[in-house]
Amino acid sequence: MIRVTTDMAVLRLAAALVLAPLLFGVIARTQALFAGRKGPPLLQMYFDIAKLMRKGAAISRTTTWVFRLGPIVGLACVATGCLLLPFAGFPALVSFPGDFVVLTALLALMRFVTVSAALDTGSSFEGMGASRDVQFSALAEPALLVSFAVLARQTSALSMSDMFGQVSAIFWHQAAPSFILVLAALFIVFLAENARIPFDDPNTHLELTMVHEVMVLDHGGPDLGFILYGSALKMWILGALIVNIVIPIHAVSAWPDIFLFIMGMLLLAVAVGVVESVMARLRLLQVPQLLVGAVGLAILALMLMLGA
Amino acid sequence: MAFPMDSLLVCVVLIDLALLAMSRLVTLVRIAALQGVLISALALYVGGANPASILTATASLVLKGIVFPFMLMRAMREASINREVEPYIGLNLSIVIGLALLALSLWLGSKLPLPVPVAATLIVPVALFTILAGLFLIVGRLKALTQIVGYLVLENGIYTFGLAISHQSPWIVELGILLDVFVAVFIMGVMTYQINREFDHIDTNQLTDLKD
Repeated sequence: MIRVTTDMAVLRLAAALVLAPLLFGVIARTQALFAGRKGPPLLQMYFDIAKLMRKGAAISRTTTWVFRLGPIVGLACVATGCLLLPFAGFPALVSFPGDFVVLTALLALMRFVTVSAALDTGSSFEGMGASRDVQFSALAEPALLVSFAVLARQTSALSMSDMFGQVSAIFWHQAAPSFILVLAALFIVFLAENARIPFDDPNTHLELTMVHEVMVLDHGGPDLGFILYGSALKMWILGALIVNIVIPIHAVSAWPDIFLFIMGMLLLAVAVGVVESVMARLRLLQVPQLLVGAVGLAILALMLMLGA
Repeated sequence: MAFPMDSLLVCVVLIDLALLAMSRLVTLVRIAALQGVLISALALYVGGANPASILTATASLVLKGIVFPFMLMRAMREASINREVEPYIGLNLSIVIGLALLALSLWLGSKLPLPVPVAATLIVPVALFTILAGLFLIVGRLKALTQIVGYLVLENGIYTFGLAISHQSPWIVELGILLDVFVAVFIMGVMTYQINREFDHIDTNQLTDLKD
């Protein structure tokens, strides 16, 4: 049965929608700090999106409606995902048993429309990027689902709100090794799905080496704005999964919990910035290996949990 | 669940999986050494603070953590071996097979009747998995050096299994086994060098082609 929580959930949803682009600012600032630069303003992503929304878009004559559909459906998918996302241990706006499968499917649908839009342009570079993106995510998705399975098994709950609502210090005490393995797997998935550095360099300007960036090369104006905002929301969703597990306290009182959760998200962004500053990109051939490793970690966690 | 014990055991499993996934020989040797160190720590944890346990743990720490990697590195340098692990079975497939082996060992560990209570429920499956991973390294990799590493991992597994079931095994036996392993690795290191000098490679696959 579908459960709708109205108590303050709208406010928490709004917080997610507003704060998501801030993560990119924090990542960029962390990288700038490592490189000894001043870096862009923390709110740069907001400025970019606002600028793009005011612009017109030039659309190639070879493209069809599929191309237009990509950014819009993509943004709709992650925005719907935010509805399902529990926040700081509080239940999500909408929750029902099996909603984590829906969330995974929404992310997959977003990828599908993005890839279709990229293929629709007929550019060979975009086709290459699309093929790589699909390859990586085909390996990242099992890791995500198996991680959810571990959480479901540990908490005996089937909706994300119940799962993350029950993750507590006691569970950490009972099954710390499994939880750490799941966190490692989720962090790898987080980096891969958001096209961050060991998998893909968001700042690269060579079409041959781009993965995610090359797929959106032909989008401009509001479409690109939707894509940027969509990727910010996607990062928020996947990050929230991690932070919800790491911070196992909740419902002491609403505001400190929410504050702690947001701090956790920002810290996660700092961690991503550090990873990007100290690591180089993996060779393309090694990327699937790391992702298979992530699946391995998640499966290992599941086995430990079933065996114990 | 004893938290430090389980964490050590999970680290041992992770190292087994990493060994199956590594593509560089140097890293392979280093990770195997790390596993030796972890298992020595485990021995100390299980054995408690008595002189015999401290002695065996220290001996195993020195041998597996320092002496073996040193000897293997030297063998590698002298035989000027190419730095790549050459797998028969691809690295990704190796991880998948490793996970299947892990599932098998967890199942076996739950079925295996043991004469004495074990120190932790996880320790028998982990020992079995380490043994199987060592075997897999021996059969699934081309080079003589990776086979030595596989042998070491196999021995680590057997040692862990010993820890699980015999709290009061005579320490002299443990030391004897360590000495055997030391001699084995020493001889295998020399052999690797000899194979390399005779045939300009350490590809064990081609040893079957020898005539008279």
